[in-house]
Amino acid sequence: MSVDQATVRRIARLARIAVDESEIPHLQGEINAILSFVEELSAVDVEGVEPMTSVIPMKLPMREDVVTDGEIAAKVLANAPLSEDGFFLVPKVIE
Amino acid sequence: MSDLTALTLAGARAALRDKKTSSVELTRAYLDAIDKARALNAYIAVTAEAALASATQSDARFAKGDARPLEGLPLGIKDLYATEGVHTQACSHILDGFKPSYESTVTSHLWRDGALMLGKLNMDEFAMGSSNETSYYGPVASPWLPPNWSVEQARAALHGDKQGLLTPGGSSGGSACAVAAHLCLAATASDTGGSIRQPAAITGTVGIKPTYGRCSRWGMVAFASSLDQAGPIARDIRDAAIMLKSMAGYDPKDSTCYDAPVPDYEAAVGRSVKGMKIGIPREYRLDGMRGDIEALWGEGAKWLKAAGAQIVDVNLPHTRHALPAYYIVAPAEASSNLARYDGVRYGLREAGSDIIDLYEKTRARGFGAEVRRRLMIGTYVLSAGYYDAYYVRAQKIRTLIKRDFESVFAQGVDAILAPATPSPAFGIGEKGSGDPVEMYLNDVFTVTVNMAGLPGIAVPAGLSLNGLPLGLQLIGRPFDEETLFALGAVIEQSAPRTPTPDAWWA
Repeated sequence: MSVDQATVRRIARLARIAVDESEIPHLQGEINAILSFVEELSAVDVEGVEPMTSVIPMKLPMREDVVTDGEIAAKVLANAPLSEDGFFLVPKVIE
Repeated sequence: MSDLTALTLAGARAALRDKKTSSVELTRAYLDAIDKARALNAYIAVTAEAALASATQSDARFAKGDARPLEGLPLGIKDLYATEGVHTQACSHILDGFKPSYESTVTSHLWRDGALMLGKLNMDEFAMGSSNETSYYGPVASPWLPPNWSVEQARAALHGDKQGLLTPGGSSGGSACAVAAHLCLAATASDTGGSIRQPAAITGTVGIKPTYGRCSRWGMVAFASSLDQAGPIARDIRDAAIMLKSMAGYDPKDSTCYDAPVPDYEAAVGRSVKGMKIGIPREYRLDGMRGDIEALWGEGAKWLKAAGAQIVDVNLPHTRHALPAYYIVAPAEASSNLARYDGVRYGLREAGSDIIDLYEKTRARGFGAEVRRRLMIGTYVLSAGYYDAYYVRAQKIRTLIKRDFESVFAQGVDAILAPATPSPAFGIGEKGSGDPVEMYLNDVFTVTVNMAGLPGIAVPAGLSLNGLPLGLQLIGRPFDEETLFALGAVIEQSAPRTPTPDAWWA
């Protein structure tokens, strides 16, 4: 399988990465190089094989459903590029 | 003592206990060495004041007689470990200015045991790379001189564009460089597809990726969560064992962390390997394999046999599918993990006309080319219509790879011996500029181990035809790192000693 330029634009949009029109042909080439590298996998017989979900067989641990931390708003916001009154600031999303 | 930085971790531990030196003297010696080696670019942040303050406290503990296991020993920390109040960016621009308000579990274990941090080490951006060239902070130069280069030539390149100097590998390139150049006693590193073992092998150091779940991933910047694992790079097997004992252990904050006591790995160093069964996988004998690597592999088997181990040929039939499957699974998980970098909660922010525009501009500017490429591949293989054809199929192949190992271990094989890398160190600017896959092929011998969650260790075993370090890799049963330390020690004892590179950069 290989991708066309429209697909490259769509993937960039889904990945939330702005891509300049001039970068599209180059990106297309690189993505197709990787897709052709993984192409051989389509020939592997995987009939009846379970996809891996956990590489080491272990049960997910359970714990009491209780609050274990919190009340650290200042720490949570400490690295925010923009914040005000205990909130993260973003451009207006609701008119 | 003028050669304080020549001591191994175990040697420095003994010197401190015997009061032959102090932690402050040792730390000063390292800070001095780091200062002279700035141009290698191994460290991207040096925490000199905090290191000396911690060393002073350690010396007080020695005076009172209550020293902890790693008391006063100076270490380097890979930039993907969260260190409270200190530069933590996984060498990405998108985490610009990020200083965590918490400490990773692995580093907090090291500090609990008395060790101290010299600074943060360079790496490929988000651990995506095999040469440390994708770092936002620029490439790291290996302390090994390129074959046939004069010191003058290397110094000129070091202070110029670094082209032609050797890479220390990656992604833990800063860690491998700092350990090989004696800029720390040992370093933390991390391994998703070979990022501990490949740089260790090509710099003449020891690196172990333990079993998935052996170390907590809490506070490590995530790349591919089902593959990522912490581990040390050190100067010898004993030092690696000492480091791993402290780094490992259960942590309720990581639900994939294994709840079992940590063995005394150091006690396994020097243990007899008599009667152990060592598998040599036929499928690792690639077409066009370098003669020096093939010869070294044979030597390694001879050394283990001479120590009483039994050598058997084994089959791992799905080996050749591991690297392509990895380049589906790892980018898919990365595209999900790195969705968090949005310009809102931390790090870089580019202004946008609306929130989507803000996300897109921030991520375009903050991520480097290799990371953007992998995020796009990951997004594609998880997108509607392609999920089953790519992602689910790759996870099925992963099951087949793991079954290969399980059936070999079920035949009574204790460990598998293989090369660590397909070549010795290559030059900065030499690979991957046209075709990204060229760089990916570096991980051909290491990536199977991550796909199966197994422990693997790279041990220096000799030099290439052109005089550069080469490593051998031992792969073990889940949670049997002790066997790897025992076997690794045999290789270390049997192999010609890999010399320490001269400090041509100082």
